[in-house]
Amino acid sequence: MLQFQLWKKLLVVAVILSGIIYSLPNLVGGNAASFLPGQKINLGLDLQGGSHLLLRVDVDAVQQERLETIAETVRQEFRGAKIRFSGLNLRDDAVTLRLRDAADAVQAKTIFDDLGQNFSTTVDDNIYRIAFNDAGIVDMQTKTIQQSIEIIRRRLDPDGTKEPVIQRQGLDRVLVQLPGVDDPEAVKRLLGRTAKLTFQLVDTRMTAAEAIDRGRTPPGTVLLQSASGDGRSYVVEKRVMVSGEMLDSASAGIDQNNRPAVNFALNTVGARKFGKVTGDNIGRPFAIILDGQVVSAPVIQSQIFGNGQITGDFTVAETNELSLILRAGALPAPLIVMEERSIGPGLGADSVAAGEIAAVIALLLVAIYMVLSYGLFGALADIALVANIVLIIAALSALQATLTLPGIAGIVLTMGMAVDANVLIFERIREEIARGRFVLAAIDGGYKRAISTILDSNLTTLFAALFLYIFGSGPIKGFAVTLAIGIVTSLFTAVMVTRLLIILWAERKRPSKIIL
Amino acid sequence: MRLKLVPSDTSINFLKHRRIAFIFSLFLVASSIGLFVVKGLNLGIDFKGGILIEARNTTGPADISGLRADLGQLGLGDISLQEFGTPTDVLVRVQRQEGDEEAQIAAIAAISSTLGDSYDIRRTEFVGPTVGAELAEKGMLAVACALLAIMVYIWFRFEWQFSIAAILALAHDVLSTVGLFALTSFEFNLATVAAILTIAGYSINDTVVVFDRVRENLRRYKSYEIEDIINKSLNETLSRTVMTSFTTLLALLAITIFGGAVLRDFALAMIWGVLIGTYSSVFVAVGFLSRFDIRHQEPDDGVDVPETERS
Repeated sequence: MLQFQLWKKLLVVAVILSGIIYSLPNLVGGNAASFLPGQKINLGLDLQGGSHLLLRVDVDAVQQERLETIAETVRQEFRGAKIRFSGLNLRDDAVTLRLRDAADAVQAKTIFDDLGQNFSTTVDDNIYRIAFNDAGIVDMQTKTIQQSIEIIRRRLDPDGTKEPVIQRQGLDRVLVQLPGVDDPEAVKRLLGRTAKLTFQLVDTRMTAAEAIDRGRTPPGTVLLQSASGDGRSYVVEKRVMVSGEMLDSASAGIDQNNRPAVNFALNTVGARKFGKVTGDNIGRPFAIILDGQVVSAPVIQSQIFGNGQITGDFTVAETNELSLILRAGALPAPLIVMEERSIGPGLGADSVAAGEIAAVIALLLVAIYMVLSYGLFGALADIALVANIVLIIAALSALQATLTLPGIAGIVLTMGMAVDANVLIFERIREEIARGRFVLAAIDGGYKRAISTILDSNLTTLFAALFLYIFGSGPIKGFAVTLAIGIVTSLFTAVMVTRLLIILWAERKRPSKIIL
Repeated sequence: MRLKLVPSDTSINFLKHRRIAFIFSLFLVASSIGLFVVKGLNLGIDFKGGILIEARNTTGPADISGLRADLGQLGLGDISLQEFGTPTDVLVRVQRQEGDEEAQIAAIAAISSTLGDSYDIRRTEFVGPTVGAELAEKGMLAVACALLAIMVYIWFRFEWQFSIAAILALAHDVLSTVGLFALTSFEFNLATVAAILTIAGYSINDTVVVFDRVRENLRRYKSYEIEDIINKSLNETLSRTVMTSFTTLLALLAITIFGGAVLRDFALAMIWGVLIGTYSSVFVAVGFLSRFDIRHQEPDDGVDVPETERS
């Protein structure tokens, strides 16, 4: 009457055993677990502490920069080819210009074609319009994002030990998940500047005050602010003599007055250029410019090759950060923080502890209540409930799914709902007995009749979990995963495990009646 | 002796009270919509954008009024401070700042330096306006898709009348939960959306169990009036309905009391959901179902289950 084929029994035992094996690393801890096949559960940032940052890469800035270069290239090429033009300017994401003489069109076209396949040129009544084409935009976006990810990684994880998640999201976004962060403000400072370092000569023909008075600077120069916030400005030549790409290394140090400074060394190309510029311009101030602001502008005392020092109003922490950023290289575009969620390690540990207590108490409450309601069968359901928790932990470990704080709530909630299947079965058995059936027939009938209800009700809850997973983010996704895993494992334990236990019990005792 | 919240054999005439239940539910849904429209929800930073900082005073109880004065001087607009969980912990909420994302980041830096060294910053959350709008959109989409999928599944497994009744009951649960959040001004955030979807999942679970029994009894007792069949089905499943609601409530109670301050609102929303979901399965879903002429729609699939049945 009570059939439970051997293979089903073996399946139950095998699943439970592998569940125990895969959940063990979470109990053993440390390196002792190395002989076990599984891994520990992957805790979410809200439980282990860390920073989650959603960054937008300002691709528009890169596009603008590229078009400025294009405009400059076209100007120089046209001058070289003696093509006359007018109205060269940059607006609405395109460079436009007008050919004075339509006869130059053929020559102009070869220049436009040489700009590369990322750009397309349209012409309308002698007015030419150069812009990124669709493929060019995609190519520029992709390259910019890839490069940004690389630089972000070098800045946040210079030693390659922190295992940050840095990945592209959507068109122009980068998701950063950095575990174990004590000071999230420092993370944002590291990402907050593009760190374009340049060395440019200061133009001494005109003082900054004169330039401000006249409202213009000499041709080929630009007025730049001081980085220290003292309100000073400098008239600086536009021409970049040496730039950050030529850096070989940078490290925090001190200057001759014992103030914090950043020491740098240039690579061979940079050192040669630096030596030539300093040799030719002794006595002139040489501006060190970071992200468009003048950090300092020391007067060149003698010819300098490879090594130099950046001094300014720095603290030790600032020189450490600045040298790290310079070593990592400049970002191709500014990063804008769209979303931040940072959890300190203390709160994470507290959450884990609170979650564990809540889980244990929920388990005890439900278990006691089940025994009070169904006696022996309730105790069997409790065993299945414990098996269920072991399987959830095993599944989370094996899948390396991320356990979040809402995920713990999901597990606790599953405990309350997991017994539902057993309640349905036991209530059915009660009814069968009330109809005057014998024990074994009642048990068998109870399971058979409850199963379709159990499937229907669990599948509908699974739908809710599925959509939570698809549309949820971060911790909510974690909740959806544990809820879904909990539904599947509770189906297995409530239906298969209790059934096996009840059959084993019935085979031994051969009960003539059961009390439910 | 077994503990039974509900005796095994009940014969309560649930449908007799369906008029009262209907009026009550109508009132509940109407006032929920009214509260939502008039009072609105206390949207958290997930949807509205803004800054949230949780800090712990490492030297003693948090001086909330002192902090309020200090932070007020930063000129960041609307700042709310509240004790969070324990007297040493304080939760600072700052409205979305004028300007772009950089203005928000500057505000976070200003707050953390104002809090000073005696405060340990345990959590910083910042959601920019763009992301907030996206999260709100995704949240609504998730609820809508889940409801639709559940409706289609019930339609597929049962009949369209069951599906309509189930979705009406679900809408009732979701709307009244939203109404509760409007009434209490509890913060409505991403976790709340998760709670609402879980409530929907739980409530439909309950409804499906009752519907399953109705379908079974429809086949078994061909001569019964529909109302009697529904009443009989409700009574037969009542013990299970109460039992499962109770175990779920036990688990939720454990989260509310011991799960920490972050999960408390989520657990409270779920407790409401279990109560309203249980009520709606017993009164609302079958109340609608009893209005349909389900008997004639029930196809004769040839697998009649006679009263002395298979085993």
